[in-house]
Amino acid sequence: MVSPLGLDVQETWKNIVAGKSGVAPIVAFDVEAYSTRFSASVRGFDITPYFSDKDARKMDIFVQFGMAAGIQAMLDSGLEVTDANAHRVGCAIGSGIGGIGQIEKNTEIVARSGPRKISPFFVPGSIINMISGNLSVRYNLQGPNLAVVTACTSGTHNIGLGARLIALGDADAMLVGGAEMATTPVGLGGFAAARALSTRNDDPAAASRPWDRDRDGFVLGDGAGVLMIEEYESAKARGAHIYAEITGFGMSGDAYHMTLPPEDGRGAAAAMRNAIADSGVPVDQIGYINAHGTSTNAGDLAESRAIQAVLGSAAETVAVSSTKSMIGHLLGAAGAVEAIFSILALRDQVAPPTINLDNPDEGCVLNYVPHTAQQRTIKHALSNSFGFGGTNGSLLFSQLD
Amino acid sequence: MSSIEERVKKIVAEQLGVKEEEVQTEASFVEDLGADSLDTVELVMALEEEFETEIPDEEAEKITTVKLAIDYIKENLA
Repeated sequence: MVSPLGLDVQETWKNIVAGKSGVAPIVAFDVEAYSTRFSASVRGFDITPYFSDKDARKMDIFVQFGMAAGIQAMLDSGLEVTDANAHRVGCAIGSGIGGIGQIEKNTEIVARSGPRKISPFFVPGSIINMISGNLSVRYNLQGPNLAVVTACTSGTHNIGLGARLIALGDADAMLVGGAEMATTPVGLGGFAAARALSTRNDDPAAASRPWDRDRDGFVLGDGAGVLMIEEYESAKARGAHIYAEITGFGMSGDAYHMTLPPEDGRGAAAAMRNAIADSGVPVDQIGYINAHGTSTNAGDLAESRAIQAVLGSAAETVAVSSTKSMIGHLLGAAGAVEAIFSILALRDQVAPPTINLDNPDEGCVLNYVPHTAQQRTIKHALSNSFGFGGTNGSLLFSQLD
Repeated sequence: MSSIEERVKKIVAEQLGVKEEEVQTEASFVEDLGADSLDTVELVMALEEEFETEIPDEEAEKITTVKLAIDYIKENLA
């Protein structure tokens, strides 16, 4: 993992449980003309442990983040790729936006100096499937090689569909997740133009405040999350450290609007229901929900209503939090880093907090774990992602029996 | 000012991520210095930038060693 709160899983998780904010003013480019002048950016990222400067030059930063997260996941898994199993190990790592930084840079080059000055690495350095591509080359992964692109649900869909591929027998193990680095002049401007972003420039750390009555949009975040998922018997046979089991995956489409969810959150509810039905876990056994919870007016309320609709009376006791309150919205990486948080919530029996939730908005009546983490029994954890285009995904993770 | 040879070798080292002392005059970009086809395209672009010239694609394709790069620059930069 590479996140606004750390350059690996350990550092990020420690800061998430502590309720720290990774949101700060943007210094990478001049933001004076922007209505939003802050982000949850990755700080202090160093490529040296992962690859050479020469290789880094050939990759947009989102690919670099994804590669770093993928290499961390590969090393942590202890999986050895040999000639015997290489064709059974694959990758599914997506992004919502992709190499927008490189697109901007090369557009400027064309305008200033003409098409002959476009870097030969522009296309292979900025297309979305190049994290999967580069990881497969590095580790000789000859199984399925994919990158699902579904806006802010990309991370969740890559994990869930990767798990489906394993269940269907297409692979025994997959590196799955998402990466994003859209905090660029055009990326920031585009989300600002869509009126999606918070404009709380006087207090960036308080800008991402899911379910709070004073929320005013999401905070753009950067980073990457990658997990190694593996067929159970295969993982068990090699003595792998197994963090959790993926017991359910559900998807749905809103069929409603380009960017807004329906008020009753029915698409979100359908994704959750499908994931829970897939698992067979009773709804009152779900101890934690890592919500999509972006801090937008429409989305937070719709999701809260959807959770009530799906869980019924169990919604009164479940812990629901939005880690986006701390790391902002990582778009196509969001579902991936949040899946990791959900799994660590299972491991450590702790629900991470929703910071900045000072005054729950009208209709927001769940236990959103305000301000501080809560120790509690968590056997099953649900992770939600919803994206532009009305694309929804939910994953249910369970403690190993 | 550095000689053309020194400037070419410096660019090759930077572009291909190798040490300057490894950049022998007779070295081939692909066989000796680990370049792939896209690396050599970018290398030629870097040479164009350094020497403020344009190298036509059909000429660029022939520049496969450090020596050929130095010779090309010397011949065409007068």
